[in-house]
Amino acid sequence: MSSPVIELMDVVRVYPLPSGDVTALSGVSLRIDEGEFVAIMGPSGSGKSTLLNQIGCLDRPTSGDLSLAGKNTREMDDRELTNLRLSSIGYIFQKFNLIPLLSAYENVEYPYIMKHRKNDDTGRVRDLLAMMGIDENLSAHKPNELSGGQQQRVAIARALVNDPAILLCDEPTGNLDSQTSLQIMEILADLHRRGRTLVMVTHNPETATYADRIITIRDGQIA
Amino acid sequence: MIGNDIIFALSVRSVRLHFLRSVLAALGIVIGVVAIASIGMMGANMTLSVTEQLSDMANKLTVTPYRGGGGGMMGGFGGGGGSSDDDAITEKEFKTIQRIVTKYGTAYTVRSESDKIEVGSDEGRATIYGLDTETMREILTVESGEYPKSTTSVVVGPTLAERLDLKIGSKIKIGDPDKGSTTTVRVVGILEERGMSMDLSTDMAIIGSDKLFVGIYGGEGEYDQVNVVVSDLNNIEMVKTAIENELNRKEDTVTVQDSSRMMESITSTVSTMTTFVMAIAGISLLVAAVSIFNVMMMSVNERVREIGILRSIGTQRAEILRMFIYEAAIIGIVGAIIGAIVSIVIGYVIVVGMIGSAEYFFAPGSIVYVPMAMTVGAGICIATGIYPAWRASNLDPIEALQNE
Repeated sequence: MSSPVIELMDVVRVYPLPSGDVTALSGVSLRIDEGEFVAIMGPSGSGKSTLLNQIGCLDRPTSGDLSLAGKNTREMDDRELTNLRLSSIGYIFQKFNLIPLLSAYENVEYPYIMKHRKNDDTGRVRDLLAMMGIDENLSAHKPNELSGGQQQRVAIARALVNDPAILLCDEPTGNLDSQTSLQIMEILADLHRRGRTLVMVTHNPETATYADRIITIRDGQIA
Repeated sequence: MIGNDIIFALSVRSVRLHFLRSVLAALGIVIGVVAIASIGMMGANMTLSVTEQLSDMANKLTVTPYRGGGGGMMGGFGGGGGSSDDDAITEKEFKTIQRIVTKYGTAYTVRSESDKIEVGSDEGRATIYGLDTETMREILTVESGEYPKSTTSVVVGPTLAERLDLKIGSKIKIGDPDKGSTTTVRVVGILEERGMSMDLSTDMAIIGSDKLFVGIYGGEGEYDQVNVVVSDLNNIEMVKTAIENELNRKEDTVTVQDSSRMMESITSTVSTMTTFVMAIAGISLLVAAVSIFNVMMMSVNERVREIGILRSIGTQRAEILRMFIYEAAIIGIVGAIIGAIVSIVIGYVIVVGMIGSAEYFFAPGSIVYVPMAMTVGAGICIATGIYPAWRASNLDPIEALQNE
């Protein structure tokens, strides 16, 4: 039996607002095993992004526990959570979120440098970019000189550079045309076949079909 | 370390991306650094050149008739006060001074008068000194020509000679023809430059023998000033006190001055002025600080989303902080370096223009203002960047990511 990579136990997230507290997640318990491809679906405002932010350690639960790769994040401070994001989580965003000041190559290399405190001398960055179909010529370009599909490929390479335990995808095809979406989904499915754990938020039922398991969120709870 | 630091690289690129904005912000620092450094250097050069000139006379005392009040310093300055009969040093007083001084050094008398002079068609005013011919050879250095031998020959200071185009053999008419007779004298020598001094200011003066002076202005047996040269500097206070005790026993008849008081007074005046003007120059740095604060806040605000990305993919708060501090530091240090170069150039021009010599420009006391102003400029810049950087590092990653 495979071990759980992600485990949520009764996670509650309440946003305190002057007009009254808003409960985005009200007691979510979830277990995702190594090698799984899980799609999280639900209408907008259902709490699926909040759930992804919890798993991605960008946010903390108001109550409940979150364990990543066997480590409980409850007692971690900002520094430790940041290190976890750097080493164990790969983020793929809807808007690609590449750093505009860095070239495609440097964008992929950035998390590597942050983790290893040196430039990549193993060729990993180059290999990942090649695997994503970004040649050396393209990788010298700044993100704004690349197409959406190319940017998302670079973003996937960046997410993989530190060999994370989990890949988190937030509407990865939301800003792409259907042809490019298909290519990106093929890449993700391929990563899954190679044993990568993926969690993907989407509202598109078609992309959700690539997943092993679909979790539907409604009003902050798993439906 | 910083060479291949990607955080530093990001700061450099951000500065380059907003090149004009960064240059304008740095310009504020440049102006501030230049203002502080060049004013500081000017003050230091003034103090140094005055101190150097005055230290030549550290072993000298001047004895002048007591004129009441505290105006002694200016009376001594230039030595060109009037020689009215009421306030003069008598032959008897001079003998007394000589008696006191004899063991420790020498004393000589000075007669001086400011009068109208005429050279050809040029008119002007000059100080006319009457000195003993022997004394003249001891204390004055002739650059060209010789010392006066007769009662109609004089030597002149270099500044006066230049201004009135005097040469050896030139004739000078002394005295105001409207008020009485004039005397014509002949220039036989031109003196070396002596600079500002308390005992004798010869650069703009005509120096003749006692006989010549008495012949024009009268006053046999009366002197305007007695100068004392003490051979051992350590005796100066003692000699000063002895003269004062002897001559001012019943009532104040003379004022005895050494150069230290004058030096202190000039140095403190210059340094007070310099500090004051530098404080005003400091305001320009304050303005620069506001502009850098503005630039840094803009830089943070337009990069909120980028900060969100960096944080979400595993950049520590401290690294975000560092990134923005670097950005302020780059602007500050580049501004300070340019400011230093410009202030050396401008400072040099100002010093040469106002003091006339760059002799002390590279002296440690003067050039120290360059690194000092640089440190202040760059320091203010970095300090100004702290708050924007702190704000950037404390942004919530999720909110930052949602920023458009």
